[in-house]
Amino acid sequence: MATSTKSDPKNMDLTLRIWRQDGPSDRGHLQTYEVSDISPDMSFLEMLDVLNEQLNAKGEEPIAFDSDCREGICGMCGLMISGHAHGPEKTTTCQLHMRSFKDGDTITVEPWRADAFPIIKDLVVDRSSFDRIIQAGGFISVNTGSAPEANAAPVPKQKADRAFQSAECIGCGACVAACPNASAMLFMGAKVTHLGELPQGQPERWARVVSMVSQHDHEGFGGCTNTGACSVACPKGIPQDVISTLNKDLRTAMRQGG
Amino acid sequence: MTDLIHGVYTEGEKIADTKAPKVPVAGMWEKRKMDAALVNPANRRKLSVIIVGTGLAGGAAAATLGEAGYHVKSFCYQDSPRRAHSIAAQGGINAAKNYKEDGDSVYRLFYDTVKGGDYRSRETNVYRLAEVSANIIDQCVAQGVPFAREYGGLLDNRSFGGVQVSRTFYARGQTGQQLLIGAYQALERQVAAGTVEMFTRHEMLELIVEDGRARGIIARDLVTGEIQTHLADAVVLASGGYGNVFFLSTNAMGSNVTANWRAHRKGAYFGNPCYTQIHPTCIPVSGDHQSKLTLMSESLRNDGRIWVPKKREDCEKDPRTIPEADRDYYLERIYPAFGNLVPRDIASRQAKNMCDEGRGVGPMVGDFRRGVYLDFADAIKRLGQKAVEEKYGNLFDMYARITGENPYETPMRIYPAVHYTMGGLWVDYDLQSTIPGLFVTGEANFSDHGANRLGASALMQGLADGYFVLPNTIRDYLAKGPFPKVSEDAPAVVEARTAVEERTKRLLAIKGERSVDSFHKELGNIMWEYCGMERTEAGLLKAIDLIRGLRAEFWRNVKILGSADTLNQSLEKAGRVADFLELGELMCIDALHRAESCGGHFRAESQTEDGEALRHDDQFLYVAAWEFGDGESDPNQPGSTMGAPVLHKEDLVYEAIELKQRSYK
Ligand SMILES: Cc1cc2nc3c(=O)[nH]c(=O)nc-3n(C[C@H](O)[C@H](O)[C@H](O)COP(=O)(O)OP(=O)(O)OC[C@H]3O[C@@H](n4cnc5c(N)ncnc54)[C@H](O)[C@@H]3O)c2cc1C
Ligand code: SF4
Ligand code: FES
Repeated sequence: MATSTKSDPKNMDLTLRIWRQDGPSDRGHLQTYEVSDISPDMSFLEMLDVLNEQLNAKGEEPIAFDSDCREGICGMCGLMISGHAHGPEKTTTCQLHMRSFKDGDTITVEPWRADAFPIIKDLVVDRSSFDRIIQAGGFISVNTGSAPEANAAPVPKQKADRAFQSAECIGCGACVAACPNASAMLFMGAKVTHLGELPQGQPERWARVVSMVSQHDHEGFGGCTNTGACSVACPKGIPQDVISTLNKDLRTAMRQGG
Repeated sequence: MTDLIHGVYTEGEKIADTKAPKVPVAGMWEKRKMDAALVNPANRRKLSVIIVGTGLAGGAAAATLGEAGYHVKSFCYQDSPRRAHSIAAQGGINAAKNYKEDGDSVYRLFYDTVKGGDYRSRETNVYRLAEVSANIIDQCVAQGVPFAREYGGLLDNRSFGGVQVSRTFYARGQTGQQLLIGAYQALERQVAAGTVEMFTRHEMLELIVEDGRARGIIARDLVTGEIQTHLADAVVLASGGYGNVFFLSTNAMGSNVTANWRAHRKGAYFGNPCYTQIHPTCIPVSGDHQSKLTLMSESLRNDGRIWVPKKREDCEKDPRTIPEADRDYYLERIYPAFGNLVPRDIASRQAKNMCDEGRGVGPMVGDFRRGVYLDFADAIKRLGQKAVEEKYGNLFDMYARITGENPYETPMRIYPAVHYTMGGLWVDYDLQSTIPGLFVTGEANFSDHGANRLGASALMQGLADGYFVLPNTIRDYLAKGPFPKVSEDAPAVVEARTAVEERTKRLLAIKGERSVDSFHKELGNIMWEYCGMERTEAGLLKAIDLIRGLRAEFWRNVKILGSADTLNQSLEKAGRVADFLELGELMCIDALHRAESCGGHFRAESQTEDGEALRHDDQFLYVAAWEFGDGESDPNQPGSTMGAPVLHKEDLVYEAIELKQRSYK
């Protein structure tokens, strides 16, 4: 590793191995880069910004990666960092800070890998399969203007809290990337639980789960074997029990001949 | 050509009519809805509407128009509509439900919003906003939005800056996320139903105006690079705010002004471009690498207390060791009636004043310490750590993750950051711009917040526009259609498309030395320095010069690698920065012409003896609507400038509310 003069003793020099792939049909490869004088207060993506500025200056095309809010809420970012979805901390890639690494580290950066998330370029993948799962039933059918008074149906706090907790999913896809089967059961369970805990979600409850699961399988996501890797990787801490809720709802729906 | 004023703009005719029905505000919206023409359900499928943006304003409108049976084409630049920046709103959404029986009403919400906007917003639109606010909550609850609830199962409320009632509905610190997911799900339901066609990773780069009407857009497929023509009977821009002109802001990395700016260049007036909101509670800048700033919800001001040391020597000390007597809770001291809950513009400017006096805290950035304390020690003592965690847990976690400090133990440090743009495309009461058939909703328009926006009212506006206002007003326009078919080879279409292709080619052909980001950062510094929290005539004139120079350099020296026919993020950014480089100049011109202080626009030349903003209602009681001035040469060519913009004034009339100087003391 090249030694550099650091502007602050806390700063780091790092070796990065980053996945480069020109387009969907390119085979892709890991390319090694060196970055130096990285501040622990930088976010991981700001570190990649620094690298991209360097590449641009040298005439090499910058690395494509997704991000938008950089606040951990939009779900746009997502990298496999040394084998961990979103890196070593329980957070999103954009909220991961360089203080989680140390001087001299080698970090491998790859895109999410799953059949249902084809690679577009470098670290950018296509997650539109998630939108299609929601299209299959991840909603409550209520046209604008036809809603009753909001306080007409009180919701017990416990149920409201569980609905909220499940609704925190940001649709990032880390659960799929972390799962050995590339299953999206955590993502789907979170939606089924969010809507299923609320009185408003009851009328469509059974049809919803059947339709979403069928779309999930159709998209090429794998089956769930309860490894729990999804929940560990989830930056929003969606608990694994949403999958049990989903399975229970699915069984009930099947019994009803749904 | 008339003479240039200040050497930079000219003045044209006043705007005569905003199309609001001529009845008192209380009955106005009912009347407008009654008068708006109806479209037979069987005809709706034949009418198409393009909606650019899938945030609260665009997503809600696309879902609602889809439900009504229109053919909707919806666009966003992210990979999913659910990622629009509305997702990041934390604190809450206002509604005049009066669930707390604390004296709230439609009128009070209306009054607070007009006063909060420092009497620079349009009464008619704000009244309507307050009126439909309650329906929004009903709609969202029905969609399954999990708002915070009390133990009895009913909805909970909290209070927000600038008001004295509790009318803010919230979902912990993720209100925007939950509201947007509600709209997103409604939108996806329509995608499944076939009424909405969704175009993700598509960016609008030009507006098509044919025969005086907005009839479509030119968009780039960001994955394949394909330049596409999309035609429709009407176009809606719901493309969000342009705070990223400052480079550092709380907006998303991709937030941009391109959709608005392209429409402005085609004839849509730009309203009050200089009105920018600088939010008081953001996490301070930590270094040059900073790519964006993170907001800490203003709801924190409900329980946190803001202070700086009384003595400069104490600024480096551990804050916990500074005794009560040596702390200056400056907002509580200066504004005893509102204390820590004064409106944002005031809280921000006072934080800047404290730091300028040398009493800021945290690391030195440049010559100053840019930070003040936001302290929860009292709240934790009073309510217990658990209750504080319940309310603000995710915000505290975010702070800890970004700064590496534990806010339960040491006070947080905060500093103002660019957050929201009250300015936007000018629209009439129907939310229609000066181009017939072009409607503008949400943060992208200028309409409801005057010179300063109150907390929790942007989400309210986005959803009011999207669910309830636009679907009613656009109907009246569409009832005149379907308009004559426009063909893809009509001259106006070809011209728009060629312009986009040429521009893309030109950007890639420059092959200069400097990266897009370096230009963006430099523009941001100019804007923050001269068009930020405090503005002066000399500073603004200087900024206009600097921006012109920078724009010329950009078109000569920007370096963009890669090609036009693949995913190329540098190229995307370059197009956005090119438009920011033009917008920045217009913002400075607007700030220069408005020689008064109002809301977020503080002109140092116009202040009271004790340093408060001083309005000049005799001269400036109007909306400044700017028409694009065509330059002599192509503005995109190196060295050239935009033409001088033309100012059209819309006089503001206050009938329901008495005009006063704002006071929070
Ligand atoms: C951090 C943060 C916290 C906030 N907290 C609150 C709060 O608590 N309460 C409150 O009331 N307000 C809050 N606000 C303000 C509020 O969130 C926004 O003003 C509001 O959500 C804007 O909604 P919108 O629909 O107008 O635009 P956005 O949600 O920004 O959506 C813009 C859409 O336009 C699309 N788009 C933009 N340009 C193009 C283009 N050229 N081509 C194609 N698509 C394009 C984007 O893809 C996106 O879908 C907050 C804002 C921020 C940044
Ligand atoms: S469940 Fe968690 S990991 Fe999966 S998409 Fe949602 S937030 Fe991401
Ligand atoms: S960029 Fe939005 S969650 Fe990371």
